[in-house]
Amino acid sequence: MRESIPSGQLSGNVLVIGGGIAGLSAALEASEAGYDVFVIEKRPYLGGRVAQLYRYFPKLCPPYCGLEILFRRIRTNPKIKFLTMSEVVEVNGTAGDFDVTVKIKPRYVDIAKCTACGECAEICPVERENDFNYGMDKTKAIYLPHDLAFPMKYVIDESVCKKEECAKCVSVCKYGAIDLNMEEKTINIKADSIIIATGWKPYDATKLENLGYGKYPNVITNVMMERLASINGPTKGKIVRPSDGKEPNIVAFVQCAGSRDENHLPYCSAICCLASMKQATYLREQYPDSKVYIFYIDIRAPGRYEDFYTKVKEDENIVFVKGKVAKIEEGENGNLIVIAENTLTGEKTRTEVEMVVLATGMKPELSDVKIPLKEIKLDDYGFAFDVPGIYSAGVARAPSDVASVVENATSAALKGIQYAKR
Amino acid sequence: MSDEKNIMLYICTGCDIGDSLDIDKLKEVADEDFGVESKTHGFLCGEEGVELIKKDIEAGVNTVVIAACSPRVNYDTFNFPDVIVERVNLREHVVWSHKPKDPKTQMLAEDYIRMGIVKAQKMEFPEPYKEEISKTVLVIGGGVTGLTSALEASKAGYDVVLVEKEPELGGWVKKFKKLTPADPPFREPKEPDVNEKIRQVMENDKIKVYTSAQIKSISGQPGLFDAVISYNGSEEQVRVGSIIVAVGWEPYDATKLENLGYGKYPDVITNVQFEEMVSEGKLIVPSTGKPAKKVAFIQCAGQRDPEHLPYCSSICCMVSLKQALYVREMNDGQAFIFYKDMRTPGQYEDFYKRVQEDPGVFLTKGEIKGVSKTDGGMLVEVTDTLLGEDIEVEVDLVVLAVGMVPRLKKIADKLAEAEEEKEEAEEGTEAKEEATTEEESVVEEVSKDEDEIEGILNLTYRKGPELPDLKYGFPDSNFICFPYETQRTAIYAAGPIRQPMGVAESEEDATGAALKAVQALELISKGAATFPRVGDLSYPEFFLQRCTQCKRCTEECPFGALDEDEKGTPKPNPNRCRRCGVCMGACPERIISFKNYNVDMIGSMVKSIHVPEDEEEGLRFLAFVCENDAYPAFDMAALNRMEWHPDVRIIPVRCLGSFNVVWVADALSRGIDGVILIGCKYGDDYQCHFIRGSELANRRMENVQETLERLALEAERVQVVQLPIAEYDKIPQIIQEFIERIEDEFGPNPYKGF
Repeated sequence: MRESIPSGQLSGNVLVIGGGIAGLSAALEASEAGYDVFVIEKRPYLGGRVAQLYRYFPKLCPPYCGLEILFRRIRTNPKIKFLTMSEVVEVNGTAGDFDVTVKIKPRYVDIAKCTACGECAEICPVERENDFNYGMDKTKAIYLPHDLAFPMKYVIDESVCKKEECAKCVSVCKYGAIDLNMEEKTINIKADSIIIATGWKPYDATKLENLGYGKYPNVITNVMMERLASINGPTKGKIVRPSDGKEPNIVAFVQCAGSRDENHLPYCSAICCLASMKQATYLREQYPDSKVYIFYIDIRAPGRYEDFYTKVKEDENIVFVKGKVAKIEEGENGNLIVIAENTLTGEKTRTEVEMVVLATGMKPELSDVKIPLKEIKLDDYGFAFDVPGIYSAGVARAPSDVASVVENATSAALKGIQYAKR
Repeated sequence: MSDEKNIMLYICTGCDIGDSLDIDKLKEVADEDFGVESKTHGFLCGEEGVELIKKDIEAGVNTVVIAACSPRVNYDTFNFPDVIVERVNLREHVVWSHKPKDPKTQMLAEDYIRMGIVKAQKMEFPEPYKEEISKTVLVIGGGVTGLTSALEASKAGYDVVLVEKEPELGGWVKKFKKLTPADPPFREPKEPDVNEKIRQVMENDKIKVYTSAQIKSISGQPGLFDAVISYNGSEEQVRVGSIIVAVGWEPYDATKLENLGYGKYPDVITNVQFEEMVSEGKLIVPSTGKPAKKVAFIQCAGQRDPEHLPYCSSICCMVSLKQALYVREMNDGQAFIFYKDMRTPGQYEDFYKRVQEDPGVFLTKGEIKGVSKTDGGMLVEVTDTLLGEDIEVEVDLVVLAVGMVPRLKKIADKLAEAEEEKEEAEEGTEAKEEATTEEESVVEEVSKDEDEIEGILNLTYRKGPELPDLKYGFPDSNFICFPYETQRTAIYAAGPIRQPMGVAESEEDATGAALKAVQALELISKGAATFPRVGDLSYPEFFLQRCTQCKRCTEECPFGALDEDEKGTPKPNPNRCRRCGVCMGACPERIISFKNYNVDMIGSMVKSIHVPEDEEEGLRFLAFVCENDAYPAFDMAALNRMEWHPDVRIIPVRCLGSFNVVWVADALSRGIDGVILIGCKYGDDYQCHFIRGSELANRRMENVQETLERLALEAERVQVVQLPIAEYDKIPQIIQEFIERIEDEFGPNPYKGF
């Protein structure tokens, strides 16, 4: 169903807050069972954070593959309606009869007219940090979020756009699709039930003072590594060191960076062990002579993911060291020294590497973003639990891998439709 | 709709299309080659453009060919119900990816117009296959997973039939004292609520329960399954619409763990036996009957071990932590946990912390050197510990945390053996008949062995009686994004039969499976396909008069949608079908077709291409690309303005598995110089959404290559390439290499111009 700013009183059976893989899966599963569903997404596009991954473990397959199938199912299904640039600002009513107020932020591009031809971006004189690539490169102020952006429409970053002072994009757009005076809109949607699929953000690694992020340019985070490896990333898929563009031949992964730690995130983010092993394969594939160290506390590869661990272990150039990293120090020429205690041998080790990847954890959005839903039940960390009529899905619920996310999103979909008035 | 087609071609001249191509010449092609009228507009997807089309439809146009952007965009703008709409991709696949105002680009556009019109001419509206179906869900297995599926499906308004093998419902959880924590603050084990679930199920008049019951056989198709339930010596047949398999697991056979003392010493027991014992209120040393005060837990017993279970059962760390607390609580005893990795992901970490805080629980990583008997009790020797030295601990009782084996495993192994024997027999001369009897006899053995029913589903499908085993006996999905994907339509696996998991996870999984089960009913009642071509109303039709009973379709269908009669003639079951077209690709007689997708349609498109006799105008190549991954990849390459060779024409197909080799003959006989198939990965980590589509295409092309050589044509004129969707940057190179090889090494198709 095409996105459009609707008019009149809208109502549906399920309202899904969040259009990432959890929200989309829940919405599609419910709508394909015959129910009317709305998806409210904050970003200008659907797909969430998995669109920013290069590959999934353990198959090392591209996230775009599954996303394309989800988008295809959205295209052909009139029972699912989505809104991007949107947030829930008020919720009234009760389970079975919610009245949700949604604020739609202006895209400044009319999605009914934008053809994604790209002329606007070519002429735009302003640049901005590309949040899709975690700030590692830039886009113009008017931009297409990424190659598989859905909807395939441009958007203007109002924080940098010069608006009427410039308006070059307006003059060059053949389809009159740009409206710099676009205003915020507010609409109401009635729904029987709500699914919370607001996902996560990466833990702020600048808080990990001993690990050098923010201080030393060659200390990056796991989410940044995914962008480096992607062909639509800041370096077109070539993994290089930020400081000098050098190919890193010795890389250290620091597990549980700010996780399982009372001072940061006390819980475990469940996927970082597997994610680091996956990223180790990226390096080994690009640089056959490279060596990778993974400093860990416990390797969590549950179920059949153990097979992936077994496979990765077979590579002699990937070395697993059981020992929590105490400190990262600066070495010469941009190198870094990893100081850890090898808990099996007891020795304190100093390992010089060319790049460090911090396996930082996932912080639920709801840990600092408030949804105006008084009945919502959150634990101390900001993860949401089910209450009648309000169900959580994905990482909004618990840190988990994609397969588990889709599983619990499907479960949330059933719970959501149980409330629907037939 | 098979009467007069009133076709109109609309060419959008926006997005550089008008600037890069000679639009008038395109209109000429439509007119001269097909007698089709055309209109142009500078902004076809705008209000005015759409109005133009709508007005024409009101005036009688019933077939609309839109030559503009990719069908993956503006899907809603150009959605005209009750009208055939064919999208010709002039923007991404021509103008964005080739040189503007170039004769080759022009020829490319003209061919796409031709193919688009031919496709529209050949396309018919699908008429769905609809029958009155049952909307009852059959749940096989009455443990916590099955109970949850049944309750959740009933709460969504559906009737359920629940079949449980044992005399009582509740499965394993009835024998558990407590469960691992599943709610914040995740610090204390919780009371099981399985008895409450059982009560709810028994009182629910939407759920019919059969205990001491098994499924003797299931035949039919989704919406119309006939399940024969055998219980207490009698049989009953029920009609159901979809099925959830929730038969769970068994503990790994610990007698294989003699090295850890099981079987040798009575005081070495499994985690399951320990749980059963404590749930009866006892925590004793088996050999003496005295309270067990010091208990050692050995994690990963017979797991993460290539000699036993190679996988991890994911919940045993949590279970041992819980059981350590029993030791503390019941006997004020001491617990020792020896682990390889402590796997307490997510918020389960809080439970780990809570147990670590207890001074009576000692935890260390370590490898077990030995388990032996001493005068005082049992001795556990551990090496490679976190203490830097080997340790020996004397305890009263040793608990082995053994793993979970899915209940499909035994039967999956038997079926695999039978399959192997069949394949070996096929290498002989009396192959087929013996082999089929072989397999049938296993099926019989499995389902009708005296009074014992071994199988779970006992489907009377030609492709086998059970859900296919993905790995280690788990009938799981191979797709990360689609965990409920099943190789048998409308039959879903849930709980530990699908993947090792704990109770909380099983309940969630059960609920998800219930959604899929009821969703399947809704889709099938409309005659629509389930995942991935959700909502597709077309289905394959068989012109059986010309069938030669070669059995390729029945064998190759990835979903077992086709059964066979005694002669080998296929018996289609449309509700089992996923509409991939693998059968259509397999049929050498080409008797299988969809109303809107068939051999004649694509063959005609191929034959409509203008193949120049003058080499100056270039050679001609076809690229059949899978709609799911390869087509979007081409779109993304074009979005990034990457250019690829102008001599290739892209034809999208539902799946490479639907590619019929006659299209190679069609192409070559027309003088086309090469055919490349681009689609999803196959092999162990297959990506193909229809399981084996691209693998089959690859195999068929290998056979085609043999034929080519006999015709004195080079095998390399036909290639199959696996392209992951995100590797669109490789497209120009893939096409270039394919074409250059043929141009430089072989030259033009010698049959050109004949």
